[in-house]
Order: sequence, then structure tokens, then C-alpha cells
Amino acid sequence: MTTAPIAVAAHGLTKRYDDVDALAGVDLEIRAGAVTGLLGRNGAGKSTLLQLVAGFERPTSGRILVDGEDPFDNAVTMADTQLVREGGDAFASEPVTDTLGWYRDLREHWDADLAAGLADAFELDTSQKVENLSRGQSSMVGAIIGLASRAPLTIFDETYIGMDAPNRETFYEALLTDYAAHPRTIVISSHLISEVERMFEDVVILDAGRVLVHGDADEVRARGLTLTGRATEVERLLGTRDVLARRDLGPTSQITVLTQPGDELPALARQAGLEVDGVGLQDLFVHLTRRTAASPEGESR
Amino acid sequence: MFDGPEPLYVQIATHVRDQVLSGDLGEEEQVMSTTQFATTYRINPATAAKAFAGLVEEGVLYKRRGLGMFVAPGARELLLDSGRRAYVADVLDPALAQAARLGIPMDVVLARVHASALAVPPAAPASAQDAASGTVRS
Repeated sequence: MTTAPIAVAAHGLTKRYDDVDALAGVDLEIRAGAVTGLLGRNGAGKSTLLQLVAGFERPTSGRILVDGEDPFDNAVTMADTQLVREGGDAFASEPVTDTLGWYRDLREHWDADLAAGLADAFELDTSQKVENLSRGQSSMVGAIIGLASRAPLTIFDETYIGMDAPNRETFYEALLTDYAAHPRTIVISSHLISEVERMFEDVVILDAGRVLVHGDADEVRARGLTLTGRATEVERLLGTRDVLARRDLGPTSQITVLTQPGDELPALARQAGLEVDGVGLQDLFVHLTRRTAASPEGESR
Repeated sequence: MFDGPEPLYVQIATHVRDQVLSGDLGEEEQVMSTTQFATTYRINPATAAKAFAGLVEEGVLYKRRGLGMFVAPGARELLLDSGRRAYVADVLDPALAQAARLGIPMDVVLARVHASALAVPPAAPASAQDAASGTVRS
């Protein structure tokens, strides 16, 4: 078991269930020590990808490497990887403390004080049986396991479902505090993009089993732009760039466009007197994944 | 906070510069650690670190080994200088261009400038004032 954060790489990673490709040739790298956001619509392949990373499943073709090794049934990489799944992976008919005790024995870097502190912060009674917990409380157990394990590769797959806003804040703050003190590779899969996007250093957007966008979160965010102004002027500046959304208001057009890194469009548009706004990761995600026939554009880094 | 269109680290740097300009952060005063900043505003510590590194390069902050980041001596003056240099291009020229688009005659604009110049005592650059009054700045 290592203590250093570890990296993940996928090459042509494909996973087929019956006739359906849940993942269809995914190439990507998850940087060691960074917080990566994994975004995608329902059925985009996020959970499949994470199960492959955790070594719970085997790829149909292509390769997945965790710290340079094939993670499937691999005792070394599995000891370093904590995947918190939506189901919770807890002993249903036993008290929460039994599950926490099991992880304490399993995880070399388990921090019992952190686990107890989080349970207090969540006001979670750990003597309750897991099967009697609410949906939100089950997510809290997942959050506690994920953070207190301090695994070099920690993955949260929608670990927020059912939690109310104050409890989600508690979780995010605890995650950042503990991450800053104990840097590790963290992957967060979430549909609540606007409330977590500022925690991401990198972002991956999956769509229909493929990587749609992958890169530095700030750079990805900067690629979405909304131009508002005289329709002819907007049109002229647009050129051949990818239009994500368009709204015509008489002689005025508002166009959301996908730019490439280093594009001079924002400067040109401001010079031309157009209004230039960012669109935010959440809106960019919605625009990008709404297009049904979206063609993967490859990595942006 | 920090939901503008610019990259997050740019917004963070702008926020710290504004605090130095307004005096909320005094020279030689310690700024939040990247960890405090990250947890307070719920942002990635690496993003905060990137913003702070840029501010160190600009000369707004400096690092004391083992202690953290502090506002550099002269940081406020530095920011005032660069703000003044950027004022014409960033503020005045767009305002004049807008006046032209609206068809406001230049003499109306100038009359307004003269009127406000009479209403507000001339704000000489702080360094110039200090030089004139002989104040010694620490």
C-alpha cells in the first residue's frame, strides 16, 4: 500500500453489457493528487468507468491502469482505492459502527477521529442499523467511509443523494479540509455541478460512453462563451466555431459557442462591442450533452 | 462569490487585489492560507495556490518560509499605479465610446468632467501628495 496519490489511465477502454457499449473506447488520464470531476448524463458510463477503476469489473477491450497496474482483482491497487458507490457497501442489518469497524480494519490509513467527527457533524447516530437509515444518512455513511479511509485513490460516485444542503456543505468542507491536509487523488461524480465545480482541478465529461471533454476545469469552463449583440456582427465573428445554443431576439443574437483553448474570439468580440459572458460548467455541460448526435472531440489538453 | 466568467484563479486574484486596494488587507498582513481559502470559499486548494503564486509574481504578496503569505510592502501603491495606468484604456475609453454611440456631444461630456473636477478636490496620486507634504511612508 502506497501513501502517494496515484494516477489512473484508460486506453481505448470499452465495456459492453449484452449488446450495449457502456463505455466505447475511452482514453483518459486522471492526474495523481488532483480532484477530478466526472460529469455525464444518466447512462453516460460514469459508474461503469468507476467500477473498472476500482477493479470490480474487467474491460471488454482496451486497458485501464491504476498506478500503472491492471486493477482487476488486484490486491495491491484495490487496497489503495476507495470507491464509494451509491449503494453504500455497508452491512445492512448491523449498526453503522460495524461497517465503520470493518473499514477501519481494511484501510491502513483509516482515521477513527475523523470518522467520529464527521458522524457528529452530520448528527448521525452510528448505533443505528444501516437498513433503518434514510437515503441521506446512507450517503453520510458513504462520505465518512470515503474520507476516513484516506485511500490514495478516493472515488465518490454520487455520494450526496438524499443529503440536504447543509449536510452537503458539511461534506464538501470536510473533503477540502482533509484533502488539503492529506493530498490524494479524488474523483467526484455528481449531477449537482454548480455546487461542486469549484472543487475540481480537472474535469471529464462523458457522453454515451465516450469522452466529450477532458481538461483543466478553468480551461474547460473558459471554452463556453455567450456572445450577445447585433446579429450580423455576432454571425461575422462566429466563423466556423461550434454553436451550442442560439437565441434570436429581433436584430440581436445571443449565441453560446464552444471555443478552442487560446481562441481570440472573446477579445475580438469585446472590441466589436459585443457582450461576452461565460456560461459556467453546468450550462456548458447541458449544452454539450443535449446534442444527441454529438461527435466526440477528443481531449482538450 | 467567484461565479464570474473569468477563470477561477483570476477571480481569486482580483478579490485579493481588491482587498489590498481597499485596505482590508494591510501591508505586511498575513493572508489566508490556501487551505483556509479553499475551505472558506469551497474551491480547490490548487486553484487558490495558483492565484496566490500569480500575486507573488506580481509583487502583491510574498512568502515567508514556514509562516505563509503576506501582503508585500508597497503592494497597495503597486496596485494603484497599475490601476491608474489601466484606467484610460479600461474605463475612460469605453465610456467615451459609449457617449459617441449615444450621440452625446463631446462638449457635454467635457462639461461634466469639469463640473466633477470642481466638486471633488483634485486627487493627486498618493505618492505625489506624500512627496509634496514631506510625509515619510513606512
